[in-house]
Amino acid sequence: MMQTPSPKSNFKVSWQFLFTLLMYGFMYLPILILAVYSFNASRFSTTWEGFSLKWYQALFKDLRIFDALQDSLTVALAAVAVSAVLGTMMAVGLAKYRFPGKGLYQGTAYLPLIIPDIAIAVATLVFFSSIFGLLEPIVQSLNVSLLNMGVPFSLPLPALSIGTVIIAHVVFCLSYIAVVVSTRLTNLDPHLEEAALDLGATPFQAFIKVLLPELIPAILSGCLLAFILSMDDLLISGFTAGSGTTTLPMLIYSRVRTGVRPDINALSVVLILMSAFLALASEYMRYRGDRKRLG
Amino acid sequence: MSSSTPSSSPLAEPSPLAPSGWRKLTRLVEPIVLLVPSGVWLLLLLVAPTLLILELSLIPGFRVGQAAGGYGIGNYIEAFQPIYFQVILRSILFAVGSTVICMMLGFPVAYWIAIMAPLRWRNLLLVLFVLPLWTSSLLRAYAWIAILRPSGVLNSLLNVLHLPNQDWLNQTPAVYIGMAYSFLPYMVLILYASLEKLDRRLLEAASDLGATPQQTFWKVTVPQTLSGIAAGGLLVFITSLGEFVVPELLGGASSMTMSRLIYNQFLGATRNWGLGSSFSILMITGVSIGIALLLKYGDRDTTVT
Repeated sequence: MMQTPSPKSNFKVSWQFLFTLLMYGFMYLPILILAVYSFNASRFSTTWEGFSLKWYQALFKDLRIFDALQDSLTVALAAVAVSAVLGTMMAVGLAKYRFPGKGLYQGTAYLPLIIPDIAIAVATLVFFSSIFGLLEPIVQSLNVSLLNMGVPFSLPLPALSIGTVIIAHVVFCLSYIAVVVSTRLTNLDPHLEEAALDLGATPFQAFIKVLLPELIPAILSGCLLAFILSMDDLLISGFTAGSGTTTLPMLIYSRVRTGVRPDINALSVVLILMSAFLALASEYMRYRGDRKRLG
Repeated sequence: MSSSTPSSSPLAEPSPLAPSGWRKLTRLVEPIVLLVPSGVWLLLLLVAPTLLILELSLIPGFRVGQAAGGYGIGNYIEAFQPIYFQVILRSILFAVGSTVICMMLGFPVAYWIAIMAPLRWRNLLLVLFVLPLWTSSLLRAYAWIAILRPSGVLNSLLNVLHLPNQDWLNQTPAVYIGMAYSFLPYMVLILYASLEKLDRRLLEAASDLGATPQQTFWKVTVPQTLSGIAAGGLLVFITSLGEFVVPELLGGASSMTMSRLIYNQFLGATRNWGLGSSFSILMITGVSIGIALLLKYGDRDTTVT
């Protein structure tokens, strides 16, 4: 993991170096152990009983995992798409305008970054159940009048579903994207948009052609962060999903509560490889972006 | 993070070349278009729900499907009864312990990467250290079950070394190990940002003037990076205070924390939403105090998230 120093550099083996090496081991060994055991033929034993791909075979035959993956991806992509638009607009609005109550608005906007997930999760659940309690009689009476009018159509009763999970995820995705975009906005030349307006661009044109291209890298990295957090979320999904939706973390959680599961070991390896790929791709993009900006 | 100081919002200043009505109309309509949609979303799905929780916390013993009684502070009185108060104390203890462990493990790592590692490798080394943050936090906690369970990797290793076996899973040590594992990258990230800005000439000057490494560390390095230390410490403290997965998966029945208790009150057998809400409000209050301290004492540049 550590690069062998060239003889020319004044690299010294210090206790800090050895300790850091140990900590890299601490960070990577658990992942490595999961990976090794995902190839172990034995189900329960920690001893090595031969190389086997059977847990991967079981994994790829497990339709519930694919359903859960589909639910997770649907939630994450939908929530990130909505949040990208709302979060960017919010960050631009907060950077450009001053108004009474701005501090309160800003504080509220960044609250999801610090409030524990469990507190957001229970609050959203209580909110949805009281809203649905209010809406239910209205929908029912609407359906009765629809029936009386002879319309062969009735409105569905409001209930927890994948839609409520998406709505709940937008709240924290929005905050993370807005934070990342705000950071970029403070480093931006504020006169670019003014110049475009002076040269006769409409405000919409100035936003689309001048400001947005400058913000795209920040929006993308904000989206990536929000996507990762949405895919990782257990509590907010668990509290707002109802019975028809199971995201991947919910499925994993329900299985690992009972102990070590070899098929989950295999799933971990697949997911870890996927997120490592995402991480390296984004770091590479950031590295390229930095060089472009500096050069 | 953007701030409301005039220097950071010069876009709003009228340009001398802009007399057109367009500009006036834009300045009236644009903030509404930009800020109202997310404002409404936050109001409906963050502010209103939190206020509802605050209301529920003031209805003693509120349960779903039961007629609600009058308002009162019964839930908070209950939360401070010994049986529940020990849960609060344990959560704080776990958070403080995890913070201290992360600080002790994270400082040497951040110091080595920021100051002692070859310059051209520093970014890569930092990225490699925080890479595990990209993987599922649930799976990272789960990995420790395989290591710490009685027949797990740790005890196999101890057997080989002829050392006594440890039964740490479902006990307090597993919670500390899992929390340290989960939050160490955050600590290193923040301490690195602070140590990177440390003026190295100060370290050289100190040793030239005859300071021992310990003296240099306590009299130069620590005071110069105090804001980073405060930021990292408070971030890890508030994150571990609200942590659910690690104590739930690794801590067993003896490690009941506030998050787990709230979870149980809402989805478990007891369904005392009133008591659960009061714990939620207490937790939000605790975290808000932490954040207020962070904003007051933390280094602004290192507290972007």
